[in-house]
Amino acid sequence: MTNAMQPLDALADPTRRAIFERVAKRPQSVGELAADLPVSRPAVSQHLRTLKEAQLVIDQAQGTKRIYRIDPRGLALMRAWLDDHWGEALRAFQKFTDEEGI
Amino acid sequence: MTIAPILRTIEVAVPPERAFELFSSRMHDWWPIGHSISDDPRVAIEMEPHVGGWWGQIGEKGTRSQWGKGLAWNPPGRLLLAWQINAEWQFDPALVTELELSFTPVGRNSLVTLEHRDLERFGESAEKIVEQLRNGWPGVIHAFADLADGRLECAPACSTD
Repeated sequence: MTNAMQPLDALADPTRRAIFERVAKRPQSVGELAADLPVSRPAVSQHLRTLKEAQLVIDQAQGTKRIYRIDPRGLALMRAWLDDHWGEALRAFQKFTDEEGI
Repeated sequence: MTIAPILRTIEVAVPPERAFELFSSRMHDWWPIGHSISDDPRVAIEMEPHVGGWWGQIGEKGTRSQWGKGLAWNPPGRLLLAWQINAEWQFDPALVTELELSFTPVGRNSLVTLEHRDLERFGESAEKIVEQLRNGWPGVIHAFADLADGRLECAPACSTD
């Protein structure tokens, strides 16, 4: 798997998607996210780590807390989206050449 | 900041001459339905076969929505296109990202390689994506997830590297 696929894989998990959607609405801490979701704080932390590795969120120290926000570059999503788009296009092309090619 | 290009390869059961022809002149017949940049249902895709040639979709009502243009036209081996659709799925004449297709013979088949580069040029509009997400861009996250699910059905012949 390449890094390009990470954002989509990261968002395929419903809990991570819920976390990402919340962070997208408003930057917040692990504690705030855990309070709002039916998962433990360590689980939220683990999901945030995955989202961070996928370049979907970034964190910043604020006092003793870490505040998570959407990665302002947003390019990981764009790239993953395009990667999928071209993958789908080429598969469709392959199928078409099988049917019409000769 | 640069972003690694997207690189995709696939083998098709026709020689490069035929692959190039089907790819460029029959695009409407194979291009996946789905994201459209126009409300006018697509009835054709046109790619003018020369450098600087118009590339885009034509709708039922005759709406012509440009996707990009030809940058190099070297059948049967290579096709270089400008992909000028931004992160908001709209044509942006100021945005030029390169999409290169190469068709290499493999026995009687062809290896089709697609490279989409200059992705950092999406930067400005990518920031708009984030803005839209903050404002609750409807369904976008779920759409991404659906794409991810679809990818799992990827045929063995397709490559993700």
